[in-house]
Amino acid sequence: MADLTTDFIGIKSPNPFWLASAPPTDKEYNVRRAFEAGWGGVVWKTLGEAGPPVVNVNGPRYGAIFGADRRLLGLNNIELITDRPLEVNLEEMTRVKKDYPDRALVASLMVPVNEIAWQTILQQVAETGCDGVELNFGCPHGMSERGMGSAVGQVPEYVQQVAEWCKKHTDLPVIVKLTPNIADIRKPAQAAFDGGADAVSLINTINSITSVNLDNFAPEPTIDGKGAHGGYCGPAVKPIALNMVAEIARTQSMPGLPISGIGGITTWRDAAEFMALGAGNVQVCTAAMTYGFKIVQEMISGLSQYMDEKGMASTSELIGRAVPNLSDWQHLNLNHITKARIDPDLCIQCGRCYAACEDTSHQAITMSEDRVFGVDDSECVACNLCVNVCPVEGCITMETLEPGMIDERTDKVVEKDYANWTTHPNNPGSCAAE
Amino acid sequence: MTNSPLTPGIAAARLDAEGLSQNFSDLHPPLDGHEALVAADRCYFCHDAPCMTACPTSIDIPLFIRQIATGTPEAAAKTIFDQNILGGMCARVCPTETLCEEVCVREVAEGKPVEIGRLQRFATDTLMTSGTHPYTRAAPTGKRVAVVGAGPAGLAAAHRLAMKGHEVDLYDARKKAGGLNEFGIAAYKTVDGFAAAEVDWLMQIGGISLNLGKSLGQEITLDGLADTHDAVFLGMGLSGVNNLNIPGGDLDGVADAVDFIKDLRQASDLSSLPVGRNVVVIGGGMTAVDAAVQSKLLGAENVTILYRRDRDAMPASRYEQDLAASKGVRLIFNAMPVEILGDGSVTTLVAEYTASGPDGLTGTGETFEIPADEVLKAIGQTLGPVTGLDLVGGKIATSGSGRSSRAGIWAGGDCASGGDDLTVTAVAEGRDAAEDIHLTLMEG
Repeated sequence: MADLTTDFIGIKSPNPFWLASAPPTDKEYNVRRAFEAGWGGVVWKTLGEAGPPVVNVNGPRYGAIFGADRRLLGLNNIELITDRPLEVNLEEMTRVKKDYPDRALVASLMVPVNEIAWQTILQQVAETGCDGVELNFGCPHGMSERGMGSAVGQVPEYVQQVAEWCKKHTDLPVIVKLTPNIADIRKPAQAAFDGGADAVSLINTINSITSVNLDNFAPEPTIDGKGAHGGYCGPAVKPIALNMVAEIARTQSMPGLPISGIGGITTWRDAAEFMALGAGNVQVCTAAMTYGFKIVQEMISGLSQYMDEKGMASTSELIGRAVPNLSDWQHLNLNHITKARIDPDLCIQCGRCYAACEDTSHQAITMSEDRVFGVDDSECVACNLCVNVCPVEGCITMETLEPGMIDERTDKVVEKDYANWTTHPNNPGSCAAE
Repeated sequence: MTNSPLTPGIAAARLDAEGLSQNFSDLHPPLDGHEALVAADRCYFCHDAPCMTACPTSIDIPLFIRQIATGTPEAAAKTIFDQNILGGMCARVCPTETLCEEVCVREVAEGKPVEIGRLQRFATDTLMTSGTHPYTRAAPTGKRVAVVGAGPAGLAAAHRLAMKGHEVDLYDARKKAGGLNEFGIAAYKTVDGFAAAEVDWLMQIGGISLNLGKSLGQEITLDGLADTHDAVFLGMGLSGVNNLNIPGGDLDGVADAVDFIKDLRQASDLSSLPVGRNVVVIGGGMTAVDAAVQSKLLGAENVTILYRRDRDAMPASRYEQDLAASKGVRLIFNAMPVEILGDGSVTTLVAEYTASGPDGLTGTGETFEIPADEVLKAIGQTLGPVTGLDLVGGKIATSGSGRSSRAGIWAGGDCASGGDDLTVTAVAEGRDAAEDIHLTLMEG
């Protein structure tokens, strides 16, 4: 059986599945239960400065987007950092770490942007025996209005400055948690790298309004008739998070910067995808909040089975495996030509491919009077929309034309050589090798 | 309770009130809001959807299901009623398993269709229970149309005509409107007086004057109606029943299934309805199944359907056959009644196996006996007295949108030629005839 243990910036855990800093990790009771359920680590719910803790709203903190049968697809929250006294959290962390020495316990921190504040909190958390700290530069609501959270994460200079302070005042590994609410995720990542951070974790939640109540015209979740934007997470954000993780993973100017992948991870497969795109481990929140801690058992068994099937002995063989295959559009092979193929045995004749292609694409799907659907190669650009709207998995596939075959759409012979936009004659900036 | 399923002869109250109430509850309970959303989500919104083509009234099924899925069942109901003003009843009684749901791509692919019938009921119930009526009448045309028969065909025609601005005189031979919806369908398919409520809801359109207890050929005549109206639509269904021409057919305990069903539908107390210990129903249509199943549900010990052809030829769908079997009804195929025995009252039915050959269906000579204290005949119905119109196959000959051989007279539903004898077909024919009447009257 594959070895799932991971060593993330020196923090060891029996598996790569950590619970992200969030309500599930807000107190000893939950964290003990999480460890008993099998989670490899937790990032404790974000701690603030000593003194009177923050307060939360007393109405709904969450809003949700549902699929059919109320499957939760996206979750939005307006909860702040821990609203329990710092001392209580520190005492609990100390006890938990003592009882679970093999599990990762990381302290998430958020204090104002001044060196003394960071120095103070770092000293306090170090005494708990925790394995590292995560700087919360991500939360996009509430705390950001007070100059913390994403207000820091959106300014690369602040990110670098705080990272530097933290590296100066602690020996613990420092992870910088990034906000996705920024135009180019590489900028704050680079700042964290330049500031000496040991790793980045991403994504934090995305600015969002889940819905609007069309009776009282208030954004939801609604507190006394008003709403404020929250942070979006859950399965819906996974593609956004995957891209941001991958962009950092492939950027040459921060080589080997470890990444803790976060964003909509719900199953072992999601986790494996993040790891393949460069995440050294993953953090989970919404899936646990939806289904409870037990899901980690599926994640462990699933990742283990997958790695066995692929002959991977340790997670290091998976991490980053897909990064070399992430490219830019301009480098994609324009001589790779495919055509849609509809399997008549699998087709259930719903006609969705036909409607989609006919109404919104290239009029490349034909429909006979007795509802037999076919592909007109002379129109098919292989856009894949038919594949995506087909309700039957595997019914429509893309067939690659072999070199030497004729592409009926262009009447040209399929070339065997790779060629991309950079050398294409239609490209005004073409740098064709003559 | 003094009687039981084992009480000999024909007896009432074979089951206690609770048992009867349970047996005659809704066959397909309504979907609740969440169930409807889940069921609606299974619809693929097919292009040129097969379900829509299979619906005799051409309801835009993918559209109405999408309207349910997006939280507007009232709009879904409007989509349904635009095509089928009796969409509420059709949602309950349509043999969807041989219509829309049979061709649903998910039935074809997975053997589990989108629950179109139940979704239609969800939508129509939502709108109808709100007490609103979504249609208004066009400006008065000054035309007056007679509609004979307040069943599905007549109601659909009357509503459409009234909506177009015509004045409608609606006649029915019975003391209550609704036709077979009210008198002829199994009780568990339309519970809680839905048929009557639907008529009341439909009549909210206005402009329809309902005249009950008026029978064609007696209180009213075709000539009389034609003289006093600009057009006449005949939708009075079939009032006669075929006879069973075998010895013993006049014994006590031999009755017409349609009368049995009618009495059951109109009964205020199911425990007052007598039913045999051993019931044999002769026939293979929906009436046979409805009578047999309800006999069983009333507490008959043994109920048998005797059908002269094989299972595949049976007009009642396989779903209906399975429903009957699941309630404990025995189905005997390829056998026909040859004699009914009894001394005053029926005691035994003698049947003979059949075989189909070049000369059609013939008896094989091998007979068997079934104990019977009640024999219900469900062997087809016939047109009542109609004069002055061409008939074909015993029904009023029609062409186009229900035009009879006589100008100014239209017909639709079971009394007219063409189409299956289904509620939904009758609605389609009534609606289409109304449209044709409207066009004809407005041309003139």
